[in-house]
Amino acid sequence: MTAPLLRLQGVSKHFGGFMALSDVHLDVTPGERLGLIGPNGSGKTTLMNCIAGSLRHDSGSIQFRDEEISALPAYQRTRRGIARSFQIPRPFASMSVLENLLVPLEYVGRGKAADAHDILREMGLAQKAATPSNQLSQVELRKLELARAMAAHPSLLISDEAMAGLSGSEVDEVLAILFRLNESGITVIMIEHILQAVMRFSQRVICLDAGKIICTGTPNQVVENPQVQKAYLGA
Amino acid sequence: MKRYASFWVGAVVVIALSWLMALSGMNEYFFFAGFVVLQFVILATAWNILGGYAGYVNFGTAAFVGVGAYTAVLLFKSVQAPLLLQLLAAAAVGGLLGLATGLLTLRLRGIFFAIATVAIIVIMETVIVNWRYVGGATGVQLMRPPVAEPFSTYTRMLFVLMTVLAVLAVSIARYVQVSWIGRGLRALRDSEEAAECCGVPTLKLKLLICTVSGALMGAAGAPLPMYLSFVEPASSFSLNYSVSALAMAMIGGTTHWIGPVIGALLLGSIQQAVTVTISSEINVLVVGVLLVLFVVAAPDGMIGLWRRFMGRR
Repeated sequence: MTAPLLRLQGVSKHFGGFMALSDVHLDVTPGERLGLIGPNGSGKTTLMNCIAGSLRHDSGSIQFRDEEISALPAYQRTRRGIARSFQIPRPFASMSVLENLLVPLEYVGRGKAADAHDILREMGLAQKAATPSNQLSQVELRKLELARAMAAHPSLLISDEAMAGLSGSEVDEVLAILFRLNESGITVIMIEHILQAVMRFSQRVICLDAGKIICTGTPNQVVENPQVQKAYLGA
Repeated sequence: MKRYASFWVGAVVVIALSWLMALSGMNEYFFFAGFVVLQFVILATAWNILGGYAGYVNFGTAAFVGVGAYTAVLLFKSVQAPLLLQLLAAAAVGGLLGLATGLLTLRLRGIFFAIATVAIIVIMETVIVNWRYVGGATGVQLMRPPVAEPFSTYTRMLFVLMTVLAVLAVSIARYVQVSWIGRGLRALRDSEEAAECCGVPTLKLKLLICTVSGALMGAAGAPLPMYLSFVEPASSFSLNYSVSALAMAMIGGTTHWIGPVIGALLLGSIQQAVTVTISSEINVLVVGVLLVLFVVAAPDGMIGLWRRFMGRR
């Protein structure tokens, strides 16, 4: 059995009286494509924030490559190989597209400036290298988020609603990028509301509701689960 | 490489010119006024490292100037320390104050950080007002030591010293801007959370630049007691330092190291001219009016105006 790349044990997080995550247990194996679904407010982004280090969980343990990372700040986790894209794109607006990639390349220190051009080409943003990032379209911003995450040379990529607000063809474009990244050996956790995309992409799907995992399984098993249908699919 | 060389050649030329001017027969008032303008070049540049590059608006400049000035007073009064030692000690104390300020306040953002920095002025001024040894509320008179060769007056010597300090401050600001530190600061100014997730150690960077900025501001305050031969808390911790440093950087432009230099030279010179020709009270009005004008009409300062002009051509 392959050792998990990421292991969560009993992770809980509350905001005041609101329990955002409750006793979450999760193993992610290397190279896996994991889909994370659930209704709004179910704790998906909170869970990803806890993994990436943007939020500190209250109790439980998070291990990455057998190392306890619960106490590490976000930048240390990025340097260990966890990268993420944001639900609402957060480009470095005062910088060009290329400069946006130079930040993780310089600070994570695993790549050269030339890598930035390769990543931009891979993402279909090569023509936009010199463009100020505040002049990009929605789909370009989504791609930039992924490109910047890739510049950190991660082994685990968290894609937080990278397809929200995109047209059908744009969703296909982003999905193709995520497939390519996974084929290159990167483990991908995809949070998404576009169920068709989750079904196509994921090998395994997890459904969260009210901060708890209510179902884990193959995409078909999850969407046919009565609890998932009641909580998320409006049955 | 050519750009690096031209910067350093320019720096040497500026220092050499100030030296030659100090040895010339120029009117003494030029050096008296020049000291103030150069002090503002240092303050605006130091302010911009934190406020411009990182986007953390610091209203506490006056606290660092005052602490620098009183560190010099303490050393002079207690052990007759030479000016250079006063300067180094003031930079060290300013840097430590900056680090402490950073540790206490850098988890605050936006307006909350700005308010906290104002509180530092009040705290430091209260300490000095209640410290008899350094003159308390009434201030302290100091006897200048003999002026060093080859300068004819102390003011001329201080003018050259401030030029060297200004060049040092600008060199540091320029290094911060063009190095990995600058890119990290720009990233955290645009989105602190995204910067952190790109591997930028945001808290460490902020502490580093708080220390550097504080050290430069402290050093800028150190020659003040010898410049006036007198120092008292109300003027040493004057909010005018805070407002002017901020305004000069904003007017010049905060995205480039040259911005605060242009802003300070322009605004500082206008202030000195207004002081002589109209009234010293008009100073603050000039700063206020220009700041409002630039914030409304040219938020990127003179640098931004220049870039827009070049872009149209």
